[in-house]
Amino acid sequence: MNVSNRERAGLLLSAGLNSERRRVVVTGMGIVGPLGLGVENVWSRLTAGESGIGRITQFDPSDLPAQIAGEVPQGPTSEGKLTLEEWVPVKDQRKMDRFIHMGLVAATEAVEDSGWKPQSEEDKCRTGVMIGSGIGGLQTIYDASITVHEGRARRLSPFFIPSALINLVSGHVSIKYGFQGPNHSVVTACASGVHAIGDAARLIMFGDADVMVAGGAEATVCPLGIAGFCSARALSTGFNETPQAASRPWDKDRDGFVMGEGSGVVVLEEYEHAKARGAKIYGEIIGYGMSGDAYHITAPAEGHYGAYRAMRAAIQSAGLTPADIQYVNAHGTSTMADDMELEAVERLFGDDARTVAMSSTKSATGHLLGAAGAVEAIFSILAIRDNVAPPTLNLDNPSRESVIDRVAHTAQQRQINVALSNSFGFGGTNASLIVRGV
Amino acid sequence: MSEIADKVKKIVVEHLGVEESKVTPEASFIDDLGADSLDTVELVMAFEEAFNVEIPEDAAEKITTVKDAIDYIEKQKVA
Repeated sequence: MNVSNRERAGLLLSAGLNSERRRVVVTGMGIVGPLGLGVENVWSRLTAGESGIGRITQFDPSDLPAQIAGEVPQGPTSEGKLTLEEWVPVKDQRKMDRFIHMGLVAATEAVEDSGWKPQSEEDKCRTGVMIGSGIGGLQTIYDASITVHEGRARRLSPFFIPSALINLVSGHVSIKYGFQGPNHSVVTACASGVHAIGDAARLIMFGDADVMVAGGAEATVCPLGIAGFCSARALSTGFNETPQAASRPWDKDRDGFVMGEGSGVVVLEEYEHAKARGAKIYGEIIGYGMSGDAYHITAPAEGHYGAYRAMRAAIQSAGLTPADIQYVNAHGTSTMADDMELEAVERLFGDDARTVAMSSTKSATGHLLGAAGAVEAIFSILAIRDNVAPPTLNLDNPSRESVIDRVAHTAQQRQINVALSNSFGFGGTNASLIVRGV
Repeated sequence: MSEIADKVKKIVVEHLGVEESKVTPEASFIDDLGADSLDTVELVMAFEEAFNVEIPEDAAEKITTVKDAIDYIEKQKVA
């Protein structure tokens, strides 16, 4: 693809913005997901090659073709598991769908980690929240539908609507901490997490806020969620007896993605603001790019030019070239689209593809839909911190050969200064985020 | 305390997550027991369900304390 004049203009514009724009760093992180609770716990399990996939326990999945998922493990906090009442008071739990519980857990972890507890009215007004979700309160909507179907519409809980609404994660987090800055949300299916972090970073760059709590939350391991994605022929159905082998990005035996649940949330902060208060800085958001396929509601186009353009836009906005990137956290869902993303990355990196590592952490977590991009942005930051590329599990026989090292089976120690994370969603929406160490 | 009063108290404790000792007859749902307007809507629904009574909106608006609820339900049950 040749660079057109218009693209050159865009490149110049972003280069110009680069010199003036406010820098955005990550000062807090939180994860709850199939590998458990807590960023360090999840990261150590991920890099050790563990899987969070198992048979569904939240309901009896026997009637469904897909009977496995990545569920959040319940248990003591000391074991890196979730005891919900320690995070959300019991009397409030039934006023929120599970995806809001997940978002509140990860946001609480991230905010506590950042140490940012504004007391002044001004500081609170300069702190905002943008946490997205792909689907929202699906189980809540299912339950409410049954109430109405049974002729009991007048018995519908007054908490039904606020329990199901996607932006209510942002709402609850703002209420909990008194953050009165921009209160926003993102709904772009499986790209929601990356879009939320990228958009929130731009709010800080453009001066709308100094601190943003951003990420994604999802909890659709419920009959409607599993059945719906089964009908769309999107889920793995051939590994019900061997769940940990089911999510196998790029492997020739892959047969669909494995649903995961949970949340990833980061605290984004303007660089000088973070420095002034002596905050620990995990990394910097330096690039963000978006595109649309304009092709099909669920499938990417041949060659995945949408992914290519999102990645290229992110690299341009960072003022970098592909040679500067050492690690790519792929969207890689364990579907046919894996090879299309691979092809797009190869095309973009050219000769530099030989030196980049690319893995899909969905092989261990399953696909957290609207939370995936946020969780994977955190993994990308940790890959830089520890100089470790997390593995792609179950990549036994690639369906397509490539010069790109896809980190099969075990994590690799590599020098990683800059990482790119991809997320693509139904509707043909694509987003890429670039992070670096500070 | 009547059976109705006991049951009302139990529902209030369950829905508002408050200690039983705080649920006195005079206790106001909003001022004393930490309920918001949506909580009170849900409470009235729970009363309707538990006692198999209809509480119309204008009557529901007047139920602001534990005693209000008990009195209203007792009256319905006698009638």
